[in-house]
Amino acid sequence: MAEKEDVTEKWARIGMPEQEPDKRRENFEEVPLGYTPEMAVKEASRCLQCKSPSCVEGCPVEIDIPAFVQLIKEEKFDEAIKKIWEKNRLPAVCGRVCPQETQCEGRCVLGKKGRPIAIGNLERFAADLARREGIEDVSPKAEPSGKRVAIVGSGPAGLTVAADLLARGHQVTIFEALHKPGGVLVYGIPEFRLPKKIVADEIESLEKQGAEIMCNTVVGRTITIDELFDQGYDAIFVGVGAGLPRFMNIPGENLVGILSANEYLTRANLMKAYRFPEYDTPIPRGRNVVVIGAGNVAMDSARTAVRLGAETVRIVYRRSREEMPARAAEIHHAEEEGVELLLLTSPIRFLGDEEGRVAGMECIKMELGEPDASGRRRPIPIEGSEFEIVCDLVIIAIGTGANPLLTRSTEGLELNRWGYIEADPETGETSIEGVWAGGDIVTGSATVIEAMGAGRRAARSIHEHLTREGRSPESCGV
Amino acid sequence: MASGNVILNEIEAPLIAKKAKPGQFVILKAGERGERIPLTMAEADPERGTITVIYKVVGKSTELFKNLREGDSYQDAVGPLGQPTHLERVGNVTCVGGGTGVAVLYPITRGLKGAGNRVISIIGARTADRIILEEEMKSVSDELFVCTDDGSRGHHGFVTEILKKVLEEETLNLAVAVGPVLMMKLVSEMTRPYDVKTIVSLNPIMIDGTGMCGGCRVLVDGENKFACVDGPEFDGHKVDFDQLIQRLGAYESEERESSMAHRCRLDR
Ligand SMILES: Cc1cc2nc3c(=O)[nH]c(=O)nc-3n(C[C@H](O)[C@H](O)[C@H](O)COP(=O)(O)OP(=O)(O)OC[C@H]3O[C@@H](n4cnc5c(N)ncnc54)[C@H](O)[C@@H]3O)c2cc1C
Ligand SMILES: Cc1cc2nc3c(=O)[nH]c(=O)nc-3n(C[C@H](O)[C@H](O)[C@H](O)COP(=O)(O)OP(=O)(O)OC[C@H]3O[C@@H](n4cnc5c(N)ncnc54)[C@H](O)[C@@H]3O)c2cc1C
Ligand code: SF4
Ligand code: SF4
Ligand code: FES
Repeated sequence: MAEKEDVTEKWARIGMPEQEPDKRRENFEEVPLGYTPEMAVKEASRCLQCKSPSCVEGCPVEIDIPAFVQLIKEEKFDEAIKKIWEKNRLPAVCGRVCPQETQCEGRCVLGKKGRPIAIGNLERFAADLARREGIEDVSPKAEPSGKRVAIVGSGPAGLTVAADLLARGHQVTIFEALHKPGGVLVYGIPEFRLPKKIVADEIESLEKQGAEIMCNTVVGRTITIDELFDQGYDAIFVGVGAGLPRFMNIPGENLVGILSANEYLTRANLMKAYRFPEYDTPIPRGRNVVVIGAGNVAMDSARTAVRLGAETVRIVYRRSREEMPARAAEIHHAEEEGVELLLLTSPIRFLGDEEGRVAGMECIKMELGEPDASGRRRPIPIEGSEFEIVCDLVIIAIGTGANPLLTRSTEGLELNRWGYIEADPETGETSIEGVWAGGDIVTGSATVIEAMGAGRRAARSIHEHLTREGRSPESCGV
Repeated sequence: MASGNVILNEIEAPLIAKKAKPGQFVILKAGERGERIPLTMAEADPERGTITVIYKVVGKSTELFKNLREGDSYQDAVGPLGQPTHLERVGNVTCVGGGTGVAVLYPITRGLKGAGNRVISIIGARTADRIILEEEMKSVSDELFVCTDDGSRGHHGFVTEILKKVLEEETLNLAVAVGPVLMMKLVSEMTRPYDVKTIVSLNPIMIDGTGMCGGCRVLVDGENKFACVDGPEFDGHKVDFDQLIQRLGAYESEERESSMAHRCRLDR
């Protein structure tokens, strides 16, 4: 490398400009505003271009990070995005929602000094610029193979399988239960973190490359896995996510005004209820809102409630701040917007008014004991510390489980004891020949990029299967 | 076909028509900004590739549906959803329907008759011109009683009054009730002392219809069930109807606002 001087000492990590908290409380527009080219170049110049870059090990789809960062530094922005596209079809999404602090940036050597390269921000910059300037992915496509693959579920796992198989010359059809493709990217993650236009554009470009998308098709009901084979599909990938909401199972939970985060966020995002009555689906607008749970989903729910005009929004969590599973940046954003944290607190029952609407919640204080199986200190209720809080809307965001709709209707599909599909972690193969699975339906709720990584591995294995010599399409069925 | 604010639509949906069984429903959405609305399939014709829904116009979305003209299309239709009715030969069956619930009851009744049961049907409505599917119900029942609240047709009074007589006179093996929640509750309470198994079809507010949101949860035998996946039919003796009534009213003020906004736009 030419410059041996330690550029990292010259300037700190370049932060991304954001909408002011007071302003963004009032709208659903994106909070971080993106780098200018100058900012991106400056941030990229800090990268040490490590010979064996540890950052890449932290990226489940193995983007050549030093290479694309170097191209940004050289202001070759269109080449930078092409470098990213080699490994990742959804960079505008990942740059925004990947938990970089535990993935790529968590491994960056500069992290030791507390200033890892802002890889996510740079990835987002390159992707947004490409979108603005209409740069398209024109990577050469393989000859048509004549093979057809059915993909069930249009979340990040399914979309990745589709993109990878299209590039290898196979025909793909995606079957999606909802009326819009994108999975959690459209129904769960709010507009202010991931504009839906970005997801729609990515899906459109996949369609341009030849993917067929069949919405409103519930596999297991409208059509079964066996019937897909009968229709001549040579392989099937199942990426149906982990969309079964969990409840607390405490008294009063069915009062009006108590919703799962899935319901609340689906109303807001997929059905655009935040624009009611312009859109037809209503959403409860609470004055005093409580969100139970402390992951990304809880933060998204709380920040949605702020934007829908709540006076107070409180996160109730039974452990302490250190154990909160949400990304630090999201907790920070939520607090900036006025969300309060009620930590070491657990709900014990909900209180209703005479019309059956939620009016309050009885809670108990907790203290932390010995570490449990997850390695986190176990919360223990403090006797006699019960207290009540007033609330008129409660959102339950304590996690999701495996939705049994497809798995229950598919004979011979092996599940683990939590109802997730048993699949080979390297290939995604399931107990049924010709059926692969990946993403949240295999691992339980994880991340966008992990679902994409699983999709990539499955696509590779499906491709090998389809091109293996001496195989006729018929022999792949069940 | 049906009169006033009860509408019948035949919808082209070959994939759904091929799979539909009595008791199952579809979710329809009129346009880009529309709500997802669950409606039971009154009929499905796999040959023609069509399904038929019968619904009452009660608010903004059903109003939008009503204004679709022949050849127009729903933007989205998904199904078949829910568990099909368990159709078997049990002997004497009564099928009780109120209001538009009869649209949901009809395919179930037809199925039960087809399975070889003796079927006594009781249908009711507020007034004569609100009675729907009378001919159809007659054709699949051994006996049909019609009731109206105002006496303008058939028995002057509620369906439960006829049911009481039937319970006293016959040995029933199964009762099916579909209609307003209060009616289903009363029917279930009446059959309980006679120990007649009673199936009700519940209509909680739904969004996705695939078990993803939990909005359709109903308390059955002290346990939460998702009506869209586990139901919509449940054992009436185990359902917490009072809770269902409360939950159905969750969006009353918003629904009024939505209808008002819709009408204002139409007026302009
Ligand atoms: C509110 C929220 C916020 C999140 N925030 C982040 C974040 O910031 N960063 C991050 O990395 N991860 C985040 N996650 C997690 C991440 O979104 C998921 O891990 C990821 O989307 C999983 O991808 P998937 O493809 O496995 O499934 P999903 O995205 O769940 O997609 C599955 C799709 O399959 C469809 N489907 C289900 N059943 C059927 C069927 N029978 N037939 C046809 N289609 C079916 C579903 O409708 C859905 O569209 C968040 C999740 C939520 C809910
Ligand atoms: C499984 C199932 C099957 C049904 N089958 C039929 C049928 O065959 N014929 C028929 O006339 N009606 C049926 N319904 C009821 C029908 O879905 C509602 O009448 C319709 O949603 C009202 O929408 P709206 O916008 O016109 O009225 P709104 O003004 O929005 O609401 C009027 C009332 O309808 C109910 N409702 C509103 N939104 C929903 C929703 N998303 N899901 C369910 N209920 C809602 C509420 O109780 C509300 O008070 C069924 C409901 C379910 C759950
Ligand atoms: S895809 Fe995610 S993990 Fe990989 S480099 Fe980009 S932000 Fe980091
Ligand atoms: S580890 Fe950090 S400094 Fe090294 S190449 Fe990766 S991003 Fe650059
Ligand atoms: S409608 Fe969402 S779970 Fe039943």
